[in-house]
Amino acid sequence: MPRGPRQPWTDRQAAWRLGAVACLVLLVIVLMVGFVAVRAWPALQANGFVHWLGPGGDVDRQLGDMIKTGQDPPDAAYHLRAWPLIYGTLLTTGVSVVVGLAFSVFSAIFIVEFAPDRLRGAVVPAVRLLAAVPSVIYGLIGILVLAPFVGNHLISLDRKASVQNVVQLDGTGVLVAIVVLTVMITPIMIAIVVDALRAIPPAWTEGASALGANRWEAMWTVSVRAARPAIVAAAVLACARALGEAVALSMISGSRGFSPNPADGITYIFEPIRPLAASMVENVDAINAPAVKSSVYAFALLLLLSSLALSVGGYVAKLPMRRQGLRI
Amino acid sequence: MATATTPTTSFEAPLVEPFGPRPAPRGDRLRSWRWRHRLAFLVCWACGLALCGVTAAIVIYMGVRGIQYLNLDLLFSRPQPGLAQHTTGGILDPIAGTVMLTIIGIVIAVPLGVTTAVWLVEYGRPAPLARAVESAIEMIAGTPDIVIAIFGLAIFQLPILAPLSFTASGGGVFGRSFLAAGAMMSLIALPLAFGAAREGLMAIPSHMREASWALGKTRICTIRTILLPQIRANVATGAALGMGRIVGDTAVVVVLLGATLQIEAQGDVPVLGTLRGTGSTLTSYVYNASPAGEGNAPQKAYAAAFVLLMIVLVLNLVVDLVGRGRKERR
Repeated sequence: MPRGPRQPWTDRQAAWRLGAVACLVLLVIVLMVGFVAVRAWPALQANGFVHWLGPGGDVDRQLGDMIKTGQDPPDAAYHLRAWPLIYGTLLTTGVSVVVGLAFSVFSAIFIVEFAPDRLRGAVVPAVRLLAAVPSVIYGLIGILVLAPFVGNHLISLDRKASVQNVVQLDGTGVLVAIVVLTVMITPIMIAIVVDALRAIPPAWTEGASALGANRWEAMWTVSVRAARPAIVAAAVLACARALGEAVALSMISGSRGFSPNPADGITYIFEPIRPLAASMVENVDAINAPAVKSSVYAFALLLLLSSLALSVGGYVAKLPMRRQGLRI
Repeated sequence: MATATTPTTSFEAPLVEPFGPRPAPRGDRLRSWRWRHRLAFLVCWACGLALCGVTAAIVIYMGVRGIQYLNLDLLFSRPQPGLAQHTTGGILDPIAGTVMLTIIGIVIAVPLGVTTAVWLVEYGRPAPLARAVESAIEMIAGTPDIVIAIFGLAIFQLPILAPLSFTASGGGVFGRSFLAAGAMMSLIALPLAFGAAREGLMAIPSHMREASWALGKTRICTIRTILLPQIRANVATGAALGMGRIVGDTAVVVVLLGATLQIEAQGDVPVLGTLRGTGSTLTSYVYNASPAGEGNAPQKAYAAAFVLLMIVLVLNLVVDLVGRGRKERR
């Protein structure tokens, strides 16, 4: 049946259709949580959630044993204690966010206040570039440049021999992972803090200057203080990024489900770890075994829930600044 | 010391000058500062310079290695499995894979992001739904790529979606293909496309819309003829940013594209077969060729990483140029 020229959409139709497309986004989030949770359920249920998070045994061996348990594993096959991986995640994320935060606040002050125009023209693109460099390149530099350097020059042979029955120290480990992760997340924080510092009305800092504050004091006591919510938000968002960093960390963290003991002294910072996200990348090949699959999805669920919580946290952290009418 | 630019009053200039520093208060000499403040000043400088130093070191190091190991032969030959580094061929397939995946991801992400942004800014009713959609996008932006990847695996291993991916001989759905990886990549680019389009729409003054409505045009007609042409530059920026993210993502490729050395088509249909097949991208090639992967061909890894970095640099430059062009036109 021939049809006439296409009728233009009425507004009502358009609102419906566009709205339906927009709701796809909601659907994605719901599906994501749903699918991951359903797949993670067997592992969490078999272990009990609290026990699953806790320490106990060698997590690498537990994952290795799962591969052999076949297509229809009994509950016992899901045995896993994920603490070493969680510990690795918390350690790398925590330290790099704290170090990166201090660094990025000072860098942001430099960019906003102290940098001469020409230098600012170089720093800003540099930050943007650092943020855009793919993580695998950071990983490559870590594993081909930093790790050999640490392994050959910073770790003495005695130190390697002292722990050789437990772990191998080849340079990859806590130190390199934290250094690289810090470089990866700092640009994100700098961008957020710079935006916030720029959003502070000049009248506020001018007021401080009029009261006799020098530029540093005006910056530190007025701008930085007013931008505190944004600094918290920056830390939260950087946390989310650091938590989820998988590939670079799987290359440089030593990739061993091991929880270093701070009592080891200096050796501690050279010992290998493996965060959750990196464990997912490395075990995805063995995903045909149902037990491994469920465990990997359980890691994913943990990461997903923490990143959702961090998203909400970042939003809540910025609320005080919005309330003051500052748009960041 | 900051150069004394013309003092801006908040009446004429925008409230915050994008790059102009606040002029230094007169008489504020570093010599009169306390030691503590001078120290802080130095720390700021040190951090800023360290930032430049790290960036320069990474770019220069990768540049030197890239020029050292990259040659035309490498660029235009296909990768081969091999034990020694000189027998493993080139990086043609990874480059093609990167391009294909980027195109698939952007083709899905940009329309979806722009549509969502248009609906949110121009309609946005019911308000709770709009807010939910907005926070959903923020959540997607915060979700780690590896979680998105593993979610994609769960979706594309559903039997109903089996035709979209590689199927093992036993009938087991593998869930890995260009389509699967591209679909998940679009989720990674979506927040950027959405954010850029929304920025653009919100920057359009409302009298533009009102003038159009006053002429009797419907909202949707206004969107199509007045608003969308104006946010073209924003959409381009968002697309370029999204491309940068897609090009640089490894986890999705490792999990969902199979990271096979060569592009392996599934079935005989020319284009569709490739889309359903597996392959690799530059990122997964670098990952596998590094000591962390099986290949252990650091020279190839450097060469591929150099190409990757160049692509990212160019995309960055595009974003800059588009942004600058927009600022000048204003």
